[in-house]
Amino acid sequence: MLKTEVLDIERVRADFPILKRPIHGKRLIYLDNSNTTQKPRAVMDAIVDYYSRHNSNVHRAVYVLAEEATESYEGARRKVAGFVGAAPKELVFVRGTTEATNLVRFAWGEKNVKRGDLLVSTLMEHHSNIVPWQLLAKSKGATLKFIGLRPDGTLDMESFENILKEAPKLVAVTHCSNVLGTINDVAKICSKARAAGATTLVDGAQAVPHMPVDIKSVGPDFYAFSGHKMLGPTGIGALLAKKGLLEEMEPFQAGGEMIREVFLDHSTWNDVPYKFEAGTVNIAGAIGLGAAVDYLTGLGMDKVREHEVRLLGYALQALADVKGFRQYGPLETKRRAGVISFNLADIHPHDLATILDEEGIAIRSGHHCAQPLMRWLDVMATSRASFHVYNSYDDIDALKAGLKKAGGIFRV
Amino acid sequence: MSGADIYRELILDYYRNPRNFGKLEKFDIDSRDINPLCGDEVEIQIRVGEGQKIEDIKFLGKGCAISQASASMLTELAKGKNLEWVREVTKEDVFKMLGNPDLGPSRVKCALLGMKVLKTGVYQYLGAHYEDSDGSGETS
Repeated sequence: MLKTEVLDIERVRADFPILKRPIHGKRLIYLDNSNTTQKPRAVMDAIVDYYSRHNSNVHRAVYVLAEEATESYEGARRKVAGFVGAAPKELVFVRGTTEATNLVRFAWGEKNVKRGDLLVSTLMEHHSNIVPWQLLAKSKGATLKFIGLRPDGTLDMESFENILKEAPKLVAVTHCSNVLGTINDVAKICSKARAAGATTLVDGAQAVPHMPVDIKSVGPDFYAFSGHKMLGPTGIGALLAKKGLLEEMEPFQAGGEMIREVFLDHSTWNDVPYKFEAGTVNIAGAIGLGAAVDYLTGLGMDKVREHEVRLLGYALQALADVKGFRQYGPLETKRRAGVISFNLADIHPHDLATILDEEGIAIRSGHHCAQPLMRWLDVMATSRASFHVYNSYDDIDALKAGLKKAGGIFRV
Repeated sequence: MSGADIYRELILDYYRNPRNFGKLEKFDIDSRDINPLCGDEVEIQIRVGEGQKIEDIKFLGKGCAISQASASMLTELAKGKNLEWVREVTKEDVFKMLGNPDLGPSRVKCALLGMKVLKTGVYQYLGAHYEDSDGSGETS
């Protein structure tokens, strides 16, 4: 197998049971990692172990199982927070990035955003970092504006600076585009936005799984990511917030766990972060995400990133000479994550994905929950190949062969 | 048959050279819908003549080969027929028209978008409401 020589691919691949499953009689070549990643055995084992040996509710009862479950859940919080250099008390477990942005919309936005305020997002956002702000702007009579892009698929910093002059209340920006792969200079954006008086939110869903992230050097008020895109289970993710902010915010959902005292006419709230974790939480999910963090830490996030940079460089070069191939996003691999959105001549991405599926190759096709970006690119949809730790140069060669086959069928 | 086998001569031919593509100057029915999954788009216009006959029919659209070929072939089948034919046409008829490809659940919607647009428009014209009950999911 052709390797990047950064990670021991054979050993990594052996950790992912699903990679042994043939698809249409062929080796599974999974290139849809920006969508969701596959799970290593260690993550599944952690979940099975929790349900087999420790299952009970957290933060309530005083028997052995409950204490173990609580310790495992809080241990997961320490691991996940530590993974990005945050304090456990700054981490709220949520369903995923979408729930995180919605939490901020309600718990921060309802209290802080007023009529006439300006909210700012960008043209390269996932819908989950656009639509909550549209709804917030609508309910508050605020305005929503977008930072534009430059032709190379990077943020137009001039447009950003101009918007800052209008003193926005919120700047919500992605760390890394799920379509273009562009890695934004979020540290600079957060510091400039703060200087202009704005609260900042960074969508880290496509960054945390693929590169070392230190929340302190990014410096946002809010930072969100999803577990299932970083080898963890679905239904669990994290919202990081500056501790003071969490304390000032109103609750998101109301019910059990998030309260301190309940009277018939009023209630008081639990300490942060529990104030934002109403109801029985996703205990097994958090534990699974903790195991995923252990797995990634074991590989080393700097190595994960270097592995993907090499795959990206190899892929950009290999695919460039496929007839009709056109990719979207910056060409400089240092400013880009391991994701390539592309089109092949006029073949619709869904037709392309169907043909590749026959070869055992899983790619994403569609608008990637980024319709405003699709309009900016002036395409209906794109195909997208995205990498993670178990991908090799062989996978890219297979993709190239699949694209050539599709080109042949459609007579490109 | 599955995967790449879907893209046989018939479907590719209608995709590359869609029949009845365009707009009608005069029409009685104008119906449009999209497939939210793919963003496939189909619009069908019909001019209705004596005895509720489909005198002329054209479609506009963009999207994958399956959705566009299916819509084009459907307009060819419908032309000259009575509106009642549209009410009776089934998804099995559409699959047969396409050569019974094994589409799989995610691509079935692409194949049936044209029929949904056609039926929605005709039902509305006849004062009825078409309930999309093809089992392929959304009704919107």
